[in-house]
Amino acid sequence: MTTLNLNATPQPQQASATQRPAPLLSISGLSKRYRRQDPLAVENVGFDLGNGEILALLGPSGCGKSTTLRMIAGFEHPESGDILLRGKSILDQPPQQRRIGIVFQDYALFPHMSLGQNVAFAMRHLPKAKRPARAREWLDMVGLADLAERMPDELSGGQQQRVALARTLAAEPQLVLLDEPFSNLDAALRESTRKEVRQLFKAAGTSVILVTHDQAEALSFADQVGVMHAGKLIQVDRPERVYQHPATAFVAEFLGHTNLLDANADGEIAQTALGPVAITPATSGQVRVSLRPEHLALATAPDGQGATVVEREFRGHDCFYLLEQHGQRFCAITPSHTLWQIGEQVSLEPQRTATVLQY
Amino acid sequence: MSHSAELASPAARRALPRGRARRVPLHILLPSLLVAGAMLVPLFYLGLRAFEADPQTLNNLLLRQRNLDLLLNTLSLAAGVVVMTTLMALPLAWLVVRTDIRFKRLLTILGVIPLAVPGYVMAYALIGLGGNYGVLAQLTGVQLPRIEGYFGATLALSLYTFPYLFLNLRATLAGLDGNLEESARSLGYGSREIFLKITLPHLAPSLMAGWLVITLYVLGDFGAVALMRYEAFSYAIYTQYSGAFDRIYAAWLSIMLLAVAASFVMLDSLVVKRRLARVGTGVARPVKPMRLGRLRWLAYPYLLLIFGASVGLPTLILGYWLVLAPPDLSFFARVPGTFLRSAGAALPAALLAAAFALPVAYLTVRYRSTAATLIERSAYIGYAIPPLTLALAMVFFSLHTAPFLYQTLTLLVVTWAMASLALALGPIRNALLQTRPNMEEAAHSLGHGPFSTFLWVIFPRLRRGILAGIALVFVLCMKELPITFLLAPTGYTTLAVTVFTRTSEGMLAEAAPFAAAIVVFSSLSVGFLLTKEGKR
Repeated sequence: MTTLNLNATPQPQQASATQRPAPLLSISGLSKRYRRQDPLAVENVGFDLGNGEILALLGPSGCGKSTTLRMIAGFEHPESGDILLRGKSILDQPPQQRRIGIVFQDYALFPHMSLGQNVAFAMRHLPKAKRPARAREWLDMVGLADLAERMPDELSGGQQQRVALARTLAAEPQLVLLDEPFSNLDAALRESTRKEVRQLFKAAGTSVILVTHDQAEALSFADQVGVMHAGKLIQVDRPERVYQHPATAFVAEFLGHTNLLDANADGEIAQTALGPVAITPATSGQVRVSLRPEHLALATAPDGQGATVVEREFRGHDCFYLLEQHGQRFCAITPSHTLWQIGEQVSLEPQRTATVLQY
Repeated sequence: MSHSAELASPAARRALPRGRARRVPLHILLPSLLVAGAMLVPLFYLGLRAFEADPQTLNNLLLRQRNLDLLLNTLSLAAGVVVMTTLMALPLAWLVVRTDIRFKRLLTILGVIPLAVPGYVMAYALIGLGGNYGVLAQLTGVQLPRIEGYFGATLALSLYTFPYLFLNLRATLAGLDGNLEESARSLGYGSREIFLKITLPHLAPSLMAGWLVITLYVLGDFGAVALMRYEAFSYAIYTQYSGAFDRIYAAWLSIMLLAVAASFVMLDSLVVKRRLARVGTGVARPVKPMRLGRLRWLAYPYLLLIFGASVGLPTLILGYWLVLAPPDLSFFARVPGTFLRSAGAALPAALLAAAFALPVAYLTVRYRSTAATLIERSAYIGYAIPPLTLALAMVFFSLHTAPFLYQTLTLLVVTWAMASLALALGPIRNALLQTRPNMEEAAHSLGHGPFSTFLWVIFPRLRRGILAGIALVFVLCMKELPITFLLAPTGYTTLAVTVFTRTSEGMLAEAAPFAAAIVVFSSLSVGFLLTKEGKR
């Protein structure tokens, strides 16, 4: 497989955006319902996207993330709310006037056009004579310049994806939308492609919104992660913040394994089934906290004390345990240099601060 | 083949765009509404003319014994043709798909060829065979009674229409999961029980679909029925209209015929509700062909009989009149001109039908809604309605609102396009279903508006569907008789009209060159459409 040639990136023709901190895209109060009797598919969604920023909308299927994306692209009309691009509402503009590019999950390459023609089709702003050469430059950027004469059905999935990307960029959009663009690639290709595409966007300063249900993809690809659930945008933050300080139990569980503990908080400490645990933010009263499994340490416990190892999943670099203590289940991930057997008694020791959940 | 193409697969229908509630652009909505309106307006005028009669006359018209006779005659003709075509098509489909019989490809082609011999040509061949001066008497001295009446009409229509049923059954049998029958066998069922309990229920929808197509054809047929002098509705409408000039009674007969056709369509939609989808995710496996063994000695004579009658007979009769007892050379000389007259009206009709079908297909595929479904249904009115009824409705419509159109080529072309719109709709809609909506979205997001997107992205994908639609309509119109008969301008004789009038006047030799031209042209186009379909 070829690698992306970052140096060949054609410079976008538009002048670089002004340095004002005003967001590129600003969305507020966005709601959408497909049929009158249905519940809202998207409910009161709002967020800002800075210039050159990559935002991932993450959530299970049916959470409204794709609908949000399609409203930004202009394929769906919101019931209420507004979408501002560089401070101006684009709701009245049809998709073809918004200059927002989109890469579809199935890439949507035009099957009757060669790769070169597919890319050239995006260059309405250029005179016809200049398009083929320029298309070649864009294909060169994704390492496919030699295949300009090929037809889409002659390409592998990974190559088709690169062409779709080149075609989208060739229109020189102000914003690029990616609708689960890596989900049709096989696992081995997915990770490396993701990395290269991110480098490409970063080098070109492209602003991107990515929609995905794959938390690993969202966490590694994006500068900001927005988690959606049942039509609502629950939390938007940097990937590490969303992972370590989830706002709700849903976010905590969707981003990975976690221990949800009922706790009695008193300032920065809460009493839990695992004993006293440091919490953030400080609060008091009955709360629920999330403690990640890698933040639990295991130690051999004297007989009859602590938790019992119920299940064990050896994963090479680390080991995942399911433990039971007083009828309650916990999970823990520890480095694999020390291993416990199923049935062994261990003590659970929280190593990090647990996060207080809103609900 | 044309009719199976109309039924889009359920899977394809389910792949609807997410934007169900999107507003339909005017450049799609307006033409679609126009099509729906065009289908309904003539029917309105048919009713208008029918109710011109005063109550006394009306009573008189409706309660005639003759109406009941016509109804019984028409129904028994339809029943006879359905039984006969099933006896021909079911064993043939079984032999071709499920047994180790040889020359399967040839047998399949032979099973489609009769579509190229329209009912009135088939009637011509049957009439030419028997009787005092019939071909059989001339060649062998054996004299067969003249074939006519109920028997003749049933035979002519069956020999022409059984390919519709054959094609439907063949496709279903070939697509049937072999595992179903094998699991029934492993549960202890014998071949006969398996056929009755497993295979036949799965064939039921395609049997029903084929029967409906054939029944609608029989109800609408005019040529074969008239040549065989069988008193069915369409024949009565024609004689009433052209001979007796009692147009109110003709209108009433048309409405009665329409009611019969409509009740068959409704009956069909009521019955075909059963679910026969494949359950589970396993891979469907074709069935191992059955060894015929000694049954072969039954199969070959059977095939000989079917194809001898449906393909051999017309070939023999036409060959006799063309080669052994040809008419004057001047008749041959008139064929090209007549052919061009047929084509000159059929081509614009085909283009018009495709132009009508395009917005309707777009509306129903991309903007699905109850209203869109209604508009699509209305496009099928022209197809299901008996042609004579439609033609008569158009006569009343033009006389009432646009007398300058009466007896013009324009009226013929428009009516043909309405009658065959559904044929053009099938392939265009299927092509559109195969073009995912995000093709358009991708083009829009790249800055292309609706016009440029259609021209560069959608049209290239639909080109084959549009061409197939045009071809289907063109072929249909080239053979069309009843509408032409009523609507063609005086003196505008097409191939079909020439064959019909000469045959009904007993001038079989003089009809032969024109009938041969139809058969040759239709065979070529059926072959062309078959190879196209194979490539898809």
